[in-house]
Amino acid sequence: MKLMNKLLTATAIVSASAASAVELEVTHWWTSGGEAAAVSKFAEAWNATGNTWLDGAIAGSGGTARPIIISRILGGDPMAATQLNHGRQAEELIEAGLLLDLTDVAEAGGWKDIVNPPALLDACTLDGKIFCVPVNIHSAQWLWLSHAAYETAGVDVPTNWGEFVASAPQLEEAGLVPLAMGQQGWQQNIAFGDITLAVAGVDAWRAVSVDRDIEVAAGPEYAKVFEEMVVARDMAKNSNVQDWNMATNMVITGQAGGQIMGDWAQGEFQVAEQVAGVDYTCLPGLGVNEILDTGGDAFYFPVIDDPEIEAAQKELAALLISPEVQVAFNLAKGSLPVRGDIDMSAANDCMQKGLNILANGGVLPSGDMSLTPDTQTQIEDLMAEFWSGDMSAEDGQARYVSIIEQAE
Amino acid sequence: MTATSEQIGTPIAAKRPSRWLRNPMAKIASIPMILTALVVFVGGTTWTVVYSFTDSKLLPRENFVGFDQYERLWSTARWMVSIKNLALYGVCSLVLTLTIGFILAALLDRKVRFEGAFRTIFLYPFALSFVVTGLAWQWILNPDFGLQNLVREWGWTSFTFDPLNNPDIVMFGLLIAGIWQGSGLIMCIMLAGLRGIDEDIWKAARVDGIGTIKTYVVIIIPMMRPVFITSLVLIASGIIKLYDLVVAQTNGGPGISSEVPAKYVINYMFQAQNLAQGFAASTMMLLSVVIILIPWAYLEFGGRKRG
Amino acid sequence: MVDITSTMAAEGPRGPKPKRAFSPANIMVYGTLIVVSVYYLLPLYVMIVTSLKGMPEIRLGNVFGPPMEITTAPWVKAWSEACTGINCDGLSRGFWNSVQILIPSVVLSIAIASVNGYALSNWKFKGSEFFFTILIIGAFIPYQTMLYPIVILLREIGLMGDLAGLVLVHTVFGMPILTLLFRNYFTSIPEELFKAARVDGAGFWGIYFQIMLPMALPIFVVAIILQVTGIWNDFLFGVIYTKPATYPMTVQLNNIVNSVQGVKEYNVNMAATLLTGLVPLVIYFLSGKLFVRGIAAGAVKG
Repeated sequence: MKLMNKLLTATAIVSASAASAVELEVTHWWTSGGEAAAVSKFAEAWNATGNTWLDGAIAGSGGTARPIIISRILGGDPMAATQLNHGRQAEELIEAGLLLDLTDVAEAGGWKDIVNPPALLDACTLDGKIFCVPVNIHSAQWLWLSHAAYETAGVDVPTNWGEFVASAPQLEEAGLVPLAMGQQGWQQNIAFGDITLAVAGVDAWRAVSVDRDIEVAAGPEYAKVFEEMVVARDMAKNSNVQDWNMATNMVITGQAGGQIMGDWAQGEFQVAEQVAGVDYTCLPGLGVNEILDTGGDAFYFPVIDDPEIEAAQKELAALLISPEVQVAFNLAKGSLPVRGDIDMSAANDCMQKGLNILANGGVLPSGDMSLTPDTQTQIEDLMAEFWSGDMSAEDGQARYVSIIEQAE
Repeated sequence: MTATSEQIGTPIAAKRPSRWLRNPMAKIASIPMILTALVVFVGGTTWTVVYSFTDSKLLPRENFVGFDQYERLWSTARWMVSIKNLALYGVCSLVLTLTIGFILAALLDRKVRFEGAFRTIFLYPFALSFVVTGLAWQWILNPDFGLQNLVREWGWTSFTFDPLNNPDIVMFGLLIAGIWQGSGLIMCIMLAGLRGIDEDIWKAARVDGIGTIKTYVVIIIPMMRPVFITSLVLIASGIIKLYDLVVAQTNGGPGISSEVPAKYVINYMFQAQNLAQGFAASTMMLLSVVIILIPWAYLEFGGRKRG
Repeated sequence: MVDITSTMAAEGPRGPKPKRAFSPANIMVYGTLIVVSVYYLLPLYVMIVTSLKGMPEIRLGNVFGPPMEITTAPWVKAWSEACTGINCDGLSRGFWNSVQILIPSVVLSIAIASVNGYALSNWKFKGSEFFFTILIIGAFIPYQTMLYPIVILLREIGLMGDLAGLVLVHTVFGMPILTLLFRNYFTSIPEELFKAARVDGAGFWGIYFQIMLPMALPIFVVAIILQVTGIWNDFLFGVIYTKPATYPMTVQLNNIVNSVQGVKEYNVNMAATLLTGLVPLVIYFLSGKLFVRGIAAGAVKG
């Protein structure tokens, strides 16, 4: 097999030097309509350079794709480039020397100056070297509200979390569900994070999620958060959907007052041809603390022992972050671009709100960057249990504290 | 697929000296099996057990931490829920699949017309993957446009049947689908077993005036012990591995009410990137399999000396 | 102990004879069978009906209603238009890949398992039952926990990412059940046949090819059916041990069904599901009787 590979590589080099085209296999889990459209922007741009994009899409989110990606890298037969959430996920692969160092590309492209917020690049950096290309920003701190639902209930559309909670009884009287919530741990965890920011504030959030301060996690601010979570659970008790987009659909159709979900939800409103400010309202930071996290996606490039491919990998890395590709990709995906120096005037109201907050520096580190996936999963499990049962606020907080205590 | 009861017991292996150089061909031909058993199954599980004592995260690494992973495992609410669910599902699935499989086989054995058609109807779900099974039943059990909706449209407006949305009964929603998929094969095995029973036994029972149902319970079922053991092994190995169906049908929800051990293992290995925790959980699963199987193997193998 | 010859001879049902066509007993028997059939057929009915509806009709929300207007568009879309990432050519991409994975995997796994079973029943050697026990315990191990050890094994022998590696994995994981089947079947073949051949001077392979193989047709049918079903439906191994160019059909199915989209196209999902399940389904429908007979021969012996 080794010989076979060598022969194949040899022919690849020959044909490459003839046409100077390299075929790169790229793995990702973007398979929905909007996502696929966004990926094709990448592929088109890459193919336009005379190279070939070999698409390796795997649906089912990171949970399905990740074992496949890691196995391939571990098995010594990696793809040329792969999507991974940036943050701590790839640290071990970098330490094992399995991922390509992109520092020279980053320096040549001046990434340090153009990537905004800088935290994105920090997440790609280990020991001063850069190992990934951030391609977009997703934030999770949004409350999406249905104008139709509030019209039915005869209440004004709330402008912040407090008003939203206060309006719940009227919505229920009108036979509506105040809060749409998909019954999956990660969605409930997003709600938890957002409510924490709105109720306990940014400082408390940072103390716990970044510095792992047990005192704060066990203290009165977080006690209030869990009480508010009980309130939110009551508001969502008649919401029995699972998928996040089914929950969004309840907001779109006016069956539910609102949903706490990331900025990707607006893709659903767009597909349903709803207009921000007319049919729906988006409140970043739940309308309380206008601050967004900067999660998102990044591409990593496994080490492949072939100078030709390595050169092409670096070329692709530079391409993914180039201005034209960033605009085209992010408009298609509904996410925010990773560079602050490009024109996004084509973006809609909600995206503009997000861009403004970023420009003003309202940036949180994403949970992906501060807590390990292990801790995240434990919290998600706790949230799934909390939201589906009748766990008291005190118990929820106590369980949460013990998870934070064990976190690394 | 089978059974094991008899596994070892056949008298065939009569007197053949098992000296090393006798029958070299048989040994050579068994090399793939020996390699699979030793390298893949023993080697792979040993590897898993060893790394369950480390703190491996994304990649396996040899930093040993004793029983930490096991302590954490047994203090995790989700793991406890998973075990309870598997026990509930396991017992119900065993009893119901055996019962349904046997009753269907007995009915088909009563010289019915269109036996072939019925048999195909009961067996075809086995050709479909659990992913497909989960999806189809997720749909039928969806309260808004599935069964519940249908019955309500018929006029019984207070009718409630939403197992997939109700944490208390969600495991039964999974059971309905699991039994649908697997009972046909058991029916086939039972049918084959019934066909192997001598007609004279029926005649004798009739002469003695024993009723049909009583004949089945008192005479036929005890005679079919090996068939039941075959079925038991088949069903049990499927229950332990229960994963795809849960992912496709409920994804462990609502909340964590339909989590199962295999899903815990896989989530912690790949999503939480805590390999060692996943390994610890799979070691516990393996341990329970071994605890159940070894005594059986000992009875079957140890009791009778070869050759 | 059921003896093989009697089983194979026993084609007809053995239960007590029902008396009249419309006796209460008969009504109960057929009634039960028909009611149970509804339970078994319901999902298939729902899948077929849904796959023939357009999206507007599906939004109306009656899963069980027959389509008011039959459309084959979902089938066309599932086969040749649905997108996997940026490749919009549906399931058709994976079909031939699946066939290419299926054939060598089925042939190799059955060849090895049948020889194993033969050796285990007629040529026992010291330790053979021990290895066999390990195999059986192996049948209970969830595949996913073996992923990383196997990745490492394949890397060491240089087959990672190669079709041969995938065939090997299918052979290994099919081995426990198949070996058990063949072992039980060969055990039930009268020993006199084997002894006579030995007296005539036939060796290990001679007896296998000339005597055992020709007698083993029913059990081969069962093995083929089980392996075709298992390997065709496999997603996990297919996606990890191959590359995008050789992904099996189930990977495309996963991508079509699991993509979170604005609107879930249930009709396309169902058509894709049925298309993917078609190969094993057809095999089941065609071989129903052989399957039962094979099971009777291989599984029931006790």
